[in-house]
Amino acid sequence: MLSIETFVVVSVIKIVIALFVLLTAVAYTVWLERKVVGHIQNRWGPTRVGPFGLLQPLADGIKFIFKEDLTPPHVYKPLYIAAPMIALICALTSIAVIPIGNWVTIGGVHTPLQITDLNIGLLIILGITSLGVYGVALAGWSSNSKYSLLGGLRASAQMVSYEVSLGLSLIGVLIVAGSFSLRDIVDGQGGHFWGFIPKWNIFYGGQFVAFFIYLISAYAETNRVPFDLPEAESELVAGYHTEYSAMKFAMFFMAEYANMITVACVASLLFLGGWHGPVFGPPILQAILPVFWFVLRVFGFLFVYIWVRGTLPRFRYDQLMAFGWKFLLPLAIANLVITALVVAWRA
Amino acid sequence: MQPIATTFFFYFLSALTVLSGVLVITRKNPVHSALALIVALLAQAALYLMLYAPFVAGVQIILYAGGIMVLFLFVIMLVNIEQSQREEQFNKQWIIGLASAIALGALFVFVFAKSKSLFPDRGISMPEGSNTQQVAVLLYGNYMFAFEIASLLLLVAIIGAVVMAKKRI
Repeated sequence: MLSIETFVVVSVIKIVIALFVLLTAVAYTVWLERKVVGHIQNRWGPTRVGPFGLLQPLADGIKFIFKEDLTPPHVYKPLYIAAPMIALICALTSIAVIPIGNWVTIGGVHTPLQITDLNIGLLIILGITSLGVYGVALAGWSSNSKYSLLGGLRASAQMVSYEVSLGLSLIGVLIVAGSFSLRDIVDGQGGHFWGFIPKWNIFYGGQFVAFFIYLISAYAETNRVPFDLPEAESELVAGYHTEYSAMKFAMFFMAEYANMITVACVASLLFLGGWHGPVFGPPILQAILPVFWFVLRVFGFLFVYIWVRGTLPRFRYDQLMAFGWKFLLPLAIANLVITALVVAWRA
Repeated sequence: MQPIATTFFFYFLSALTVLSGVLVITRKNPVHSALALIVALLAQAALYLMLYAPFVAGVQIILYAGGIMVLFLFVIMLVNIEQSQREEQFNKQWIIGLASAIALGALFVFVFAKSKSLFPDRGISMPEGSNTQQVAVLLYGNYMFAFEIASLLLLVAIIGAVVMAKKRI
């Protein structure tokens, strides 16, 4: 058990590192997206700034900071300013409970690779992401513009609808794992069965269907293609952030990508065994390899996100709602009932 | 680790709850009222956390602050704010209001005075990890019947709402 001073110091260090890594990851996910979508569409993507356009995120950041920050005269100012902050704060906070690896000992301090290990970690993530809707909804309302309002309404309806299937798809995993703590859920997925297949929840727990329900609802939760109706540019200009410019717009942008990363982290932890993978070599390699396996999974998810964006067309709004309520929700409930029956029968 | 400054946090969160509760009924703009209600619900969730009820706190945030209040805001956003601001905010039934306020206050004072005999001496402390399990055991074991009745009531309310909203089904 650490003393209170060491605890505070260690926590602050971990928070700074986590935020730095997350924001860098956000910047380079944007770069990756432009690059991959560019290649899918037979273009090059960014090439001018740095080798392979690698310094493009930096240039974008500088551009966002020095652009004029327009505030249209017809907006409701307090909420217009608060909305992007709410969106970004909610997106960044959920990283606090996500574990990225095992316990490590650095300089005599034994600490988990995670800002804080809560026993309701998963509930906290669900709660914070559900609060993130307010950023979008309030941005739409406070802008006092019809495009923004329609975008905000669409976003809040869509996120509330898909949150239900998202939550239900996770409950199957919770039943198998018997804990809300993300660390316990990952620990339960170590080892192999039948000799070689890893005991990940997607295989061993039989959460194959739940995995796809989660993936689809998560795309809708983060307002990504094919569910990006809140910002459908062909009908709503830019949706809820039509009236935003410069850094305020960038905050929405960062929030969207941070949410994507959180979703990818949760999917890796819950369904794909988190940081489990072959670990070998000297102690330093043994400490780093689990983190590497975890980051690899997250990268895979982000790549699929971008791939889907480059491939699929957008849904129509009534299709989106019918799909969420009439197909995904019953499927999620069926998966839940079957998982509960199987677990009860095994016990 | 031992909890730190619990007294401070209790009074801070309680003051926040009461203050935003007052704001809910005094603000003229319905969006402001809704936002104040969200703050009140979040502060309440934090109070649940202080009572070692993490599951209830999480569900409070997900359902009330993140679900129901979004739908509230959704409806309010479609309301014409200028028209609603011209309407009268309080109605004139102050005799009934005063009577129920006094009755409720008397109930609170009574419970506070009798708290020694009504409640167990110390909070039932459960191991933190098993809190969710305990809630489930109580809901689906001891209070199964009441729980199912409550869900039936909700179902009736949902069907009623659909019938009232849709002329042709």
